Amino acid sequence: MTAIAQPAWAPGLAHRIRWGVSDTLTLTRRSLLVWLRVPAYLMFTVIQPVMFVLLFRYVFGGAIPVDVPGGYVNFLLPGIIAQTAAFATFGTAIVLAQELKKGVIDRLKSMPIARSAVLTGRLVADTGRMLITILIIIGVGYLVGFRFLNGFGPAVAMVVLATVFGVSFACIAAYTGLAIGDEESVQAFGMIWLFPLTFVSSAFVPIQTMPGWLQAFANHQPVTYVVNTMRALALGGPIGDNLWKSVAWLAGIFVVFVPLAVRAYRRAS
Amino acid sequence: MAYVNGVGEQPAIFVEGLTKSFGEVRALRGIDLSVPRGTVLGVLGPNGAGKTTAVRILTTLLLPDGGRAMVEGHDVVREAAVVRRSIGLAGQSAAIQEELTGRENLEIIGRLYHLRRPETRSRADELLEQFGLADAADRTAKTYSGGMQRRLDLAASLVGRPRVLFLDEPTTGLDPRARLGMWDVIRSLAAEGTTLLLTTQYLDEADELADEIVVIDHGLVIAAGTAEELKNRIGGDVIEFTVPDRSRIPDAVRAIALIGEGEPHADQETGVVGVGVGGRGSDALIEAVRGLDAAGVVTRGLALRRPSLDDVFMALTGHAAEEEQQNGRRRGARGRRRAGDKETARTAS
Repeated sequence: MTAIAQPAWAPGLAHRIRWGVSDTLTLTRRSLLVWLRVPAYLMFTVIQPVMFVLLFRYVFGGAIPVDVPGGYVNFLLPGIIAQTAAFATFGTAIVLAQELKKGVIDRLKSMPIARSAVLTGRLVADTGRMLITILIIIGVGYLVGFRFLNGFGPAVAMVVLATVFGVSFACIAAYTGLAIGDEESVQAFGMIWLFPLTFVSSAFVPIQTMPGWLQAFANHQPVTYVVNTMRALALGGPIGDNLWKSVAWLAGIFVVFVPLAVRAYRRAS
Repeated sequence: MAYVNGVGEQPAIFVEGLTKSFGEVRALRGIDLSVPRGTVLGVLGPNGAGKTTAVRILTTLLLPDGGRAMVEGHDVVREAAVVRRSIGLAGQSAAIQEELTGRENLEIIGRLYHLRRPETRSRADELLEQFGLADAADRTAKTYSGGMQRRLDLAASLVGRPRVLFLDEPTTGLDPRARLGMWDVIRSLAAEGTTLLLTTQYLDEADELADEIVVIDHGLVIAAGTAEELKNRIGGDVIEFTVPDRSRIPDAVRAIALIGEGEPHADQETGVVGVGVGGRGSDALIEAVRGLDAAGVVTRGLALRRPSLDDVFMALTGHAAEEEQQNGRRRGARGRRRAGDKETARTAS
């Protein structure tokens, strides 16, 4: 009965943190490698938002009167960036559902790795992906006339806010991906919640142009608060309630969906 | 079932009274298993019998409702983290990253086992070589055949040098050639002394690979023993032949009725006629040939064969191993496979 007398393997906290970080980075590297390896992923994540920039700037933009310095292109860019960050989470949900189906998650869960690493690795990789896309959109924005009007610091703050917003949505997506567990359903469900949230907001058009009942929704949902804050950071102008309401929303999303995602991961089979 | 055997050695896998339900469905209704170190246990059963549930509990992926399960002396619930350090799992599909190369797949697993970089590399090379993937090591796994992907998956489960390996239907979905390749690999692992628990719905697979077999059905162990012991249970040899002219089947049945231990059975559709002859193998065979000749019945492929595990399953459960689908519905008696064809047929010459 020697094996029973052996003490259970219980490394110290410092050790566990180091391994948690190491496992997370290994899985992050894996995800980014996959992303770089598949040209189609790369194209879609980059070209689709660029298309949106051009579409709204040159096709719809002329018909949308806005009251911001620099005109519609300046109004548009923060909105497109928020939308891109939100849509990037399609990938989070779909990949997790795929890995669940293929047994990749079972394999990882049966290994002696940090329990948190699969989710954190996925989120870190997706954050990196999101950040690269955001920077590309800003670059394209500059080519079609967008300008930051409020200095470097607030511009950086805008990018940070967009990224934190994207990560909060990625937590929702991770939950849906693991809880639903089927690629096609996850994709369809993504459409249902992401489209209304991003389009019925201040991202592309001034909310005052919508009918009253829709304004009620648009005015009180997180994407609007986040986009308004981003716009104020990028272009100057009053931030008002938008910042703390954004922070409250994002904090709320994390508080609700991180535990849900972790629970879905534990139960996932 | 004793946890420690007479010699004081503890089994690599020990399961006692394990139960698990999913809502109304009782997937496991109290199963017992004991797998000595370095042996191969074949867990045989139809779809939905509870095989995968048992493997998922033993690999810490699922919590049982009741009973206990130990791997290498550690409880899979209370000491899950310790158990994970000594097990490997290869499931029903290839849990690999198709976009990455074979080598990259194995190296990532190595990094997750906290092997040092040079060690990670050499372990990956070693496994790629062992599994016949060295030439394909730097191609993305997407370009691999189904058999190669499953071998890579199996290799991935071995990176951490597990002492106990769980293979959940390792050949399901593979073509016959890839299946044989997988069998070779599994045999070599067993020869190296890895304890193996292998689930399968293929009777010939359990027969080929396992030292001991447990048959489970509807969440219960309904039989256990070596393949030989299980076959003996249904009582000796079988004489079987085909009657090409279906109208002569009744004559054939009459001709052999006296030599058999039981009632002959005949399949009108395929023309296959058979009868159990107990231990009187060759004598019965000669009598059968004489009887059929006297009756003027033309036969094809007259043979004396050992009962296959398929016959065993039929005798134990009253239904063939692969009739039943995941949802528990019966598909009827036509899906019955001849698993024993290739092995023990001794033709009368």
